[in-house]
Amino acid sequence: MDDAQSRRENDAPLYTAKHDDAPRLLASDKGSNVIGCTVTIARQREELYTYWRDFSNLPRFMDNVVRVDLLDERRSRWVVKAPAGTVEWDSEIVDERDGEFIEWTSVAGADVPNSGRIEFRDAPGDRGTFVTAIIDYDPPAGMIGKLIAKMFQREPAIQARRDLRRFKQLMETGEIATAARNRRQYEEETA
Amino acid sequence: MRALTWHGKHDVRVDTVDDPEIVNPRDAIIRITSTAICGSDLHLYDGYIPTMQKGDILGHEFMGEVVETGSGSTLRKGQRVVIPFTIACGSCFHCSKQQYSGCENGNPADNQDIGMELYGHPMAALFGYSHLTGGYAGGQAEYARIPFSDVGPIVIPDGIEDDKVLFLSDILPTGWMAAENADIEPGDTIAVWGCGPVGLFAIQSAFLMGAERVIAIDHFPHRLELARGFGAETINFEETRTYEALMEMTGGIGPDAVIDAVGLEAHGFFVDNVIDQIKASTFLGTDRPHAIRQAIVACRKGGRVSMPAVYGGLADKFPLGALMEKGLTLKTGQTHVQRYLPALLQAVLEDKIDTTFLISHRLPLEQAPDGYRLFHDEQNEATKIVLKPGMETV
Repeated sequence: MDDAQSRRENDAPLYTAKHDDAPRLLASDKGSNVIGCTVTIARQREELYTYWRDFSNLPRFMDNVVRVDLLDERRSRWVVKAPAGTVEWDSEIVDERDGEFIEWTSVAGADVPNSGRIEFRDAPGDRGTFVTAIIDYDPPAGMIGKLIAKMFQREPAIQARRDLRRFKQLMETGEIATAARNRRQYEEETA
Repeated sequence: MRALTWHGKHDVRVDTVDDPEIVNPRDAIIRITSTAICGSDLHLYDGYIPTMQKGDILGHEFMGEVVETGSGSTLRKGQRVVIPFTIACGSCFHCSKQQYSGCENGNPADNQDIGMELYGHPMAALFGYSHLTGGYAGGQAEYARIPFSDVGPIVIPDGIEDDKVLFLSDILPTGWMAAENADIEPGDTIAVWGCGPVGLFAIQSAFLMGAERVIAIDHFPHRLELARGFGAETINFEETRTYEALMEMTGGIGPDAVIDAVGLEAHGFFVDNVIDQIKASTFLGTDRPHAIRQAIVACRKGGRVSMPAVYGGLADKFPLGALMEKGLTLKTGQTHVQRYLPALLQAVLEDKIDTTFLISHRLPLEQAPDGYRLFHDEQNEATKIVLKPGMETV
């Protein structure tokens, strides 16, 4: 990605390209759809990284993710909502740097092959941290695949943006905004 | 509990609904003692605001007594509080700049996309004002759940009646911010279009900020009379050519700052097609945008334009040339209520600002639908309707 970026005379992120050549430029062998989204969070980089790096925290703000089981230091099993129940896959960290980024990829045989990178960069001034998620995924083939794809493609970019906003809310306010008037409504909404 | 719920155009009802509860740690529950109907509620009533759902509880100008607190609340049971209509977290970038109506942490994430589509950025959360602004239940009810209760509500000293402080929730800070946005200097003449609640509070605020003269523009005789009561000179635009009058009254200079408090909420939240629909069906559509155009044209060179009036879509024939060629400054925005509360509470307690004059009717919550009809149909007399959940039905 860095090489592709440095060859251009355009500092805009590749995933904002008008033409659909971002996956090729990203030199990915996994996916055909790349999405990216950045939010600013008024917290220190290290704090955000540490919270995220414990993947079992992620279902708190990721709507589609039911559970993440940690298999070892690098591998985790993801249980994700699907139109008929859930789908699961194993994911592996391929690279990471403390307080800066994590890169992952799904291991062979995943229903929805995907890889991506979550970055934590200092924001200008005293604004905290830019958190960027870049996700590269391959919509699956076949009937079940189509159903899963439907869920995933519903608007993956919007889903990522919503998840990042909930992460921001949790980190900045200690809670995730809900308009639910009482706990029963809240449980219905988050079920 | 009992609550005023929205069911469609001109269909609001007092229903029995589930009581609110603490959901998040920073929440509090209040028992509501006074809750007003706002001019902008009429646009929900008229069915102009999208993303409303049947059963939504309305109301964003309310106060009450704390009855329950979450573990992160700093309020105590029994305290009396006024609730800002803007829901702000107090800890994000916008809140740190005191731009509370820009807070991004109150509107649930799934509701933020509509604002992105319409305006390029998500909208902040408000009480009782459609799902675009969060879908939070409003305060025309016996009880309400208050998120971020550690930073929003302002505690009212004992012995101060509700009517004196209720309007801290919205229209008083809105009128104050309108005057602040006019960057008033000593000796200034300020022209205010619209003598509804916000315009009348803007007039009082402008004098407190050092304006030498305020010229108030409206067509309801009762409202012009109220404006004159606060020391404003008046122009009735039905009888007078407003631009010529303003130029003559300011010695050919024009007002130093102009305030558009006419209020375009009825056209709000929409794109041009809906505005066109309103224009076609009522006379207001052609009348009201006229106010901001006229204000810009009348404003003196190098002057300031303050626009508390709510606009939601696209404007036709906006005098961009006049704005540029005369070097005007334009300031606007939803009110950063929390920023103004301590100073305004003090001003009310010291009787520097009077708010009670505005209240024309007090009704029990059970009669809220009558209140909506009255406020909708009798604009000259019904200046402000306050609902009192505890009051006996007459």
